[in-house]
Amino acid sequence: MIVRSGDKVVVHGLTGNQGSFWAERMRDYGTNVVAGVSPKKAGTEHAGLPVTATAVDAAALTGIDVSVLFVPAQAVKSSVDDAVNAGAKLIVILTEFVPVHDTMRYVARANEAGTQIIGPNTAGVVTPGEAFVGFMPAFDGRIFQPGTIGVVSLSGSLGTLACLELTRAGLGQSAFLGVGGDPVSGTSSARALQELVDDPATDGIVLIGEIGGTKEEDAAEIVATTNKPVVSFIAGAAAPEGRKMGHAGAIVAGNTGTHASKRSALTEAGAVVVDVPWSIPATLAEMLA
Amino acid sequence: MKLLEHEAKALLRAAGLVTPVGELATTAEQAAEIASRLGPVAVKAQVRIGGRGKAGGIRLADDADAAGHAASGMLGQHLRGELVESVLVEQKLDIAHERYLAVAIDTSAGCPVVLYSAAGGVDIEDDVSLVQRAAAHPTRGLDPADADAVGAELGVAPHVVTSLVAAFNDLDAVLVEVNPLVITVDGAILAADGKIELDDSAGYRQGSIAEDEHADVTTQLEAAAAAIGLRLIELGGNVAILANGAGLTMTTMDAVAFAGGRPANFLEIGGDAYTKAVPALELVLRQEGVKSLLVNFCGAFARCDVMTAGVLEAWETLQPDLPIFFSVHGTGQDEARAMLRERLGIEPFERMEDAVAAAVAAAEVAS
Repeated sequence: MIVRSGDKVVVHGLTGNQGSFWAERMRDYGTNVVAGVSPKKAGTEHAGLPVTATAVDAAALTGIDVSVLFVPAQAVKSSVDDAVNAGAKLIVILTEFVPVHDTMRYVARANEAGTQIIGPNTAGVVTPGEAFVGFMPAFDGRIFQPGTIGVVSLSGSLGTLACLELTRAGLGQSAFLGVGGDPVSGTSSARALQELVDDPATDGIVLIGEIGGTKEEDAAEIVATTNKPVVSFIAGAAAPEGRKMGHAGAIVAGNTGTHASKRSALTEAGAVVVDVPWSIPATLAEMLA
Repeated sequence: MKLLEHEAKALLRAAGLVTPVGELATTAEQAAEIASRLGPVAVKAQVRIGGRGKAGGIRLADDADAAGHAASGMLGQHLRGELVESVLVEQKLDIAHERYLAVAIDTSAGCPVVLYSAAGGVDIEDDVSLVQRAAAHPTRGLDPADADAVGAELGVAPHVVTSLVAAFNDLDAVLVEVNPLVITVDGAILAADGKIELDDSAGYRQGSIAEDEHADVTTQLEAAAAAIGLRLIELGGNVAILANGAGLTMTTMDAVAFAGGRPANFLEIGGDAYTKAVPALELVLRQEGVKSLLVNFCGAFARCDVMTAGVLEAWETLQPDLPIFFSVHGTGQDEARAMLRERLGIEPFERMEDAVAAAVAAAEVAS
């Protein structure tokens, strides 16, 4: 799931506003965007790219490694099925408010087919200096710089802040993996963390989490297996109990998903949990020294 | 979206489960009338808050007078902050056993999970170790062997279990809970209570199930925000917050608290809401006790310049007498900062922690 500049990226929803805008930015950055999927405009050209009716058609035309979805919630499941059929290795789902039952179904299917899904409700992934897929401002050099720190984040805006702080401190990033904010995700924080643990280009890891659910507790199991320094910030320490923030995911009920439970699970596993995001770089630098 | 008990029970019946004989009442007279026909009843407040029984929301009544009395003690009152607008008057059951049976989502495994226990009733909440789990595949459903095992444990036919799983899937539910699933002295199996929570994201394909859309709001201002598609949570502090993205907004609240301040609210204007800065600002400023405003934009998909323009437009219209502090980074930040210099004559803080510290200090001074 660490995207490379050679990966062939197909943009579902290319001809829409967001699809167009970000496809151009991705391409300008160095991402190998090869085609777009838009049933109504199949057979035409858009922003210099061939447009097909399906990902299967795009794969036959240009080949496919990655699908990125700029499509509405109702269309996500069918788009994922299409991308799986087309042989995509990775599917990045940016869409918010996808019905959770759809997500459970298409993730099960993708897992069985060996296709990796990131999202839904993610801002995407960035490999600084190489490629990005989604709508993270990878091209902003004040925020993203190549380096050796891997970042896993549930939140796009907070992930952006974390990378900004790292870049300021001279700690560039090997990869930014946005797993997204939905309770059921194609790639868990644990799975993304594993990717960074296994990545030879990553020396240190930042885990950005949120209250609610068990993503961070699950990720702690991976933290326990590695010697690479892991620093974590969990948003929501000051959040009121029982109130849902964000449309899904961030709700604390009883003892599960609390800041305290995440903090202790990660700390016991060997990670350092900081109170504010701007403490991340100094803490990491200390651990790397 | 959380359904009321009577709404949930209608859906459970549609799924093939049996519920106690009962009717809805919105007045004490109606409750009495129903009880006069049903005999001894339970009068149950129709609310979405949990722990209704312990809060006095379920009362037994032996006759019509008692039922009317019980109903009048609930209707129009607030139970744990929620207004009771109706009560369900249900025939009392001759209970032999109370079981627990629910279908929820195992978020780690990404599949529905059947939760069950032979020890149902109110006490199950105190000891989750009594609850057993059986995973269901998202498309293939519950393994027949598992349905048999669950049924055997509870003393019910397997189809009761599979019907609940089917309903869970068909309704796009995130929770379907029957507690207690009652086995009566005569061996009848009834869903004595029903709790259903639906996935809000599936509203477009589920049509109208509940009587009214009930957002999770506890104040008038939160309701006003919900009406325009904004998520506001009032916290009662003095540093008002506006940010994009739930993660960044929660972080801003955390940072204010960590700096010794008191955040006034959660309100995020990222995602679909990033063009709603004007109404968002109006809402946060209407909160009582606000002494400073902290605006924190870290733009990815949400553009800083669009959000900042909205805040400035609202600011110039409302002209509040309030110190305002900005931290702006990401997509559109240069345009946003230029706007702030030109129109407010202020320079946004380069470091978020400095904006936080300044907003907290200003609120202290003004308090």
